[in-house]
Amino acid sequence: MTGSDQNKAAGSTGGTLGLSSHNDIRQPLWLLAELTYACPLQCPYCSNPMDYANFKKELTTEEWLDVFRQARAMGATQLGLSGGEPLTRPDLVELITEARKMGFYTNLITSGVGMDAAKVAEFKEAGLDHIQVSFQASSEDLNDLIAGTDAFKHKIEMAKAVKANGYPMVLCFVTHRQNIDQMEDILELAISLEADYVELATTQYYGWAMHNRDQLLPMKEQLVKAEAIAHRYQEEQKGKMKIYYVVPDYYEERPKACMNGWGNVFLTITPDGVALPCHAARELPGMDLPNIRDVSVKEIWEESNDFNRFRGYEWMKEPCRSCDEKEKDFGGCRCQAYMLTGDPASADPVCSKSFDHHLIEDALKRGRLEAEKTVTEAKPLVFRNPKNSKKLSASE
Amino acid sequence: MSDPVFTASSIPVLALGYRFQWEPAQNCNVLLYPEGMVKLNGAAGEILKRISENKQTVAELIAELKAAFDGADLDDDVYRFLEEAHDNDWIRPE
Repeated sequence: MTGSDQNKAAGSTGGTLGLSSHNDIRQPLWLLAELTYACPLQCPYCSNPMDYANFKKELTTEEWLDVFRQARAMGATQLGLSGGEPLTRPDLVELITEARKMGFYTNLITSGVGMDAAKVAEFKEAGLDHIQVSFQASSEDLNDLIAGTDAFKHKIEMAKAVKANGYPMVLCFVTHRQNIDQMEDILELAISLEADYVELATTQYYGWAMHNRDQLLPMKEQLVKAEAIAHRYQEEQKGKMKIYYVVPDYYEERPKACMNGWGNVFLTITPDGVALPCHAARELPGMDLPNIRDVSVKEIWEESNDFNRFRGYEWMKEPCRSCDEKEKDFGGCRCQAYMLTGDPASADPVCSKSFDHHLIEDALKRGRLEAEKTVTEAKPLVFRNPKNSKKLSASE
Repeated sequence: MSDPVFTASSIPVLALGYRFQWEPAQNCNVLLYPEGMVKLNGAAGEILKRISENKQTVAELIAELKAAFDGADLDDDVYRFLEEAHDNDWIRPE
């Protein structure tokens, strides 16, 4: 996945989707279609599962359209076309055309690699509503180092083509320790491109990012500086360019209201047809992983163990269960709770009330130790590519 | 209060990337935008529906609304809504 939806707290994206979803309504308003795990980039913070190379049988065009129809009938309005890199799907224009006809607001979340100006025009013709181009950094060197490929110049061209075709230009920068010191350059780049929206997303530590966490976690002093710069530009650019700044949850006292609540508004379909309450949930233990090839979307959404598992508050343990903030943040992120504590029903350790909060502090310390090492001592970043995926999933 | 953005002769249009539509599942009009949705109440829906369908001045818009709603005195309400909608970045003057 190249875009930002993995990298922001659910609800930070305008947020209004969340407001309309009370427990009794429950509609999958947001359908995230991870069309493919194929991607020309190798970002070491990718949220795709580490073993993605093992999942080969992608849904067909007709299967995707069937999912779109089912979700739309259930009230879904937003469709995220993501991946991997969605541009690697040869049927992308057809999927956009049909989704738009069904009444979806169609969002293409892309690295821009594999796109050209003619394709952008074709997407426009097909009715695509919104293109978000992700950048890995503000400079060619660092961008291409992080992306693991020469993409920067092309991304700039594509950002311009997006705007030339009458779209709002929405740029997403995923920040971490290696690029966050470029905050000023990032924003200057966005201004020079005449971006309408800039999302300063933060790496969230799932999948590949978790594996590379020691090398990616920013340090407190970096954040303080970056945040001050972001806020200054927010003021200066008022009315011209909207800047969204997301604080990394490792530095928060309370967890994010992940996915606006489990099984509440978000529905992810993986390239091979598994329905998930969030794109990271594939890695949780005890999941049935129902597939839309076998079961209807409605049945999965309403009846499946996976989607009901963390709905409501009954599943909670202390300190969440008796916490007066549980309706605000739902105990945080289940995947993060599992990855850090081994128990997906425990409080998200980001919360300062969590009995495991020290795990966050330990992680920040480890990150700092790693940052202080010399280049030769430091652990190298592990890039997301099929070779590493096979190697790492075999060694698990 | 800052100066009003809209006058009788300005032409309100939806902001870039915004789309108006009727949502059967929600049983209401909505405004869709990148990765988000606003559910609209009846009055907001009537105004934004017209803005999304026809390019016209605020004066023409008000005349049309009056014709549709028995000549109701709604000038102030429309202007107030337009300013609010502009503050929310839903619309802009062309």
